[in-house]
Amino acid sequence: MSGIGAALLNSLDIGLLLFIIAVGLNIVFGVLNIINFAHGALYMLGAYLAFTLINLVGMPFWAALLLAPIGVAILAVIIDRLLLRFIYSRDVADSLLLTFAILLIINESVRVIWGSGIHVVQPPQLLSGSMELLGSSVSTYSLFVIVVGLLLLAGLWYLFNRTRVGRIMRAAALDRDMAEALCINTRMVVTGVFAFGAWLAAVGGVVAAPMRALDPGMGDKIIIESFIVVVIGGLGSFPGALLGAIVLGLIHGFGGRYLPEVNLLLPFLGMALVLLFKPNGIMGKGATA
Amino acid sequence: MKTKILMGLLAVAIAGLIAVPWIASYFYIFILTEILILGLFAASFNLIFGYTGMLSFGHAAFFGIGSYATALVLIHLEWPFLACLLVSMGASALLALVIGFLSVRLNEVYFAMLTLAFGMMVFAIAYQWRSVTNGSDGLAGFTLGSFGLGVDLILGNPAVYYHVVLVIVAIAAVVLYLVCRSSFGMILKAIRQNPERVSFAGLNVRTYRLVAFVIAGSFAGLAGGLMAPFLRVASPELLHWSMSAEPVLMAILGGTGYFLGPFVGSAVFVLLETWITSFTESWMLVLGIILAMMVIFFRKGLLGTALDWWLEVKK
Repeated sequence: MSGIGAALLNSLDIGLLLFIIAVGLNIVFGVLNIINFAHGALYMLGAYLAFTLINLVGMPFWAALLLAPIGVAILAVIIDRLLLRFIYSRDVADSLLLTFAILLIINESVRVIWGSGIHVVQPPQLLSGSMELLGSSVSTYSLFVIVVGLLLLAGLWYLFNRTRVGRIMRAAALDRDMAEALCINTRMVVTGVFAFGAWLAAVGGVVAAPMRALDPGMGDKIIIESFIVVVIGGLGSFPGALLGAIVLGLIHGFGGRYLPEVNLLLPFLGMALVLLFKPNGIMGKGATA
Repeated sequence: MKTKILMGLLAVAIAGLIAVPWIASYFYIFILTEILILGLFAASFNLIFGYTGMLSFGHAAFFGIGSYATALVLIHLEWPFLACLLVSMGASALLALVIGFLSVRLNEVYFAMLTLAFGMMVFAIAYQWRSVTNGSDGLAGFTLGSFGLGVDLILGNPAVYYHVVLVIVAIAAVVLYLVCRSSFGMILKAIRQNPERVSFAGLNVRTYRLVAFVIAGSFAGLAGGLMAPFLRVASPELLHWSMSAEPVLMAILGGTGYFLGPFVGSAVFVLLETWITSFTESWMLVLGIILAMMVIFFRKGLLGTALDWWLEVKK
């Protein structure tokens, strides 16, 4: 029982972290109709900024959790105004290419600024121990990740369903021309949504920093994982991002424990299966050409 | 008149390429070999991107599999070089069939994500399956034996190997060009412009896309097969997505609308890389900036922009 319980908790913390990141990708796709290849790079930037704020400036973890994502969001506004605005009206391939260029630039900049080596961020004192839960010992930080994930899930649900800002975002996603006709400044919505997506990626990065070692390849790893989540759940779907993230979390949590030899292949196998039977993802629609 | 001048330029370029080993040092022979191999890789990519309109971020999977196939055959079977290349093409075509079957039915955005994910899956396998692929070190220590067909060549000599690459790439390029010019190639172009219309005309878009994907994959495998003996190693880097980025960049750099665009892109890419890495390690940073500028301002690529300008000026 304790083995399964631990695997389940492990799946949940991986899954909810993936949800935070993949949902940002999905929101940006929903409103802007672009796949942000640089999303993983923004996640990495969040983690590295947190590293600098905690280990070099000496701030507490909580301050970094607040400040690093804001920094990344500001950078996202600059990226949007400087580069992305040229290609919003163009073919979707151009946005893929441009965000890919941004990814190359951020990846290499991280390598230049922080070096190719591995960096470690310590979890705050409060969360560094472990707890007894369901008869097994669980690291407090895993529980913290789960709590943050659930809080963001609830917050996003509230934002999209109960607030005016959320309704404006949904309107812009559905029909941008119509939204504009109703006196919504869609330009600002677009920039805002891109920055919000970057903020979510960076929050994921800061939360992940104490769990995983920081290296310049971490963004590439997470973007592939997010793509798998999005393909399994369905592109642009909010519940899809949650479902896909939980499925991938379960694959990692149980696969790592019971099938370590083929562990790396399992996510792709899961994705291939979904593609064969539900090409649009479990919750998605309109992906087939 | 203008076509005649262009044809003349092309003939001079080809004559120059043949003459290179007699007039240039080994350094330039190595650079040109690399340009030719990567040019073929980029041209195979452009069949699915520039012609069919599918943006793949996993083309290195086929290039890398081609490299590994040639390396494995040379190590374990010691077959002649031509046979190795055929195995490379076959292995990549098979892989392209599997990945393509799962990916080509989805729209552009999904297709880009899927090819990237599957490409990285192949990378992960090569990285982890130590008993066959020798993990992160890659396969090395193989030597080229005979060429095949009873032709007597010393393939270990860089000048000879350059000529072999030149001939094979030229033949492959002509075949690819004929594919692009055929009615099949016309349908691919039509699919890029308007897939709905093509399917209303009674053609199965998915099958055409899959066939294009497999052809592109097998030619990428051929390029990979040429690359392994040139680098003397088949390593996982050849499968990594930064390798998949190279044909994308080359095609964009040269111009996706022209058959020779990717070759021009490959030449500019390799020369820039050689030049920039001589004074900074951040080649990828420069590359990212160049790609961003090309996408925003020069979407037709260097060849396209130059041709446009020339046709405009010399009217």
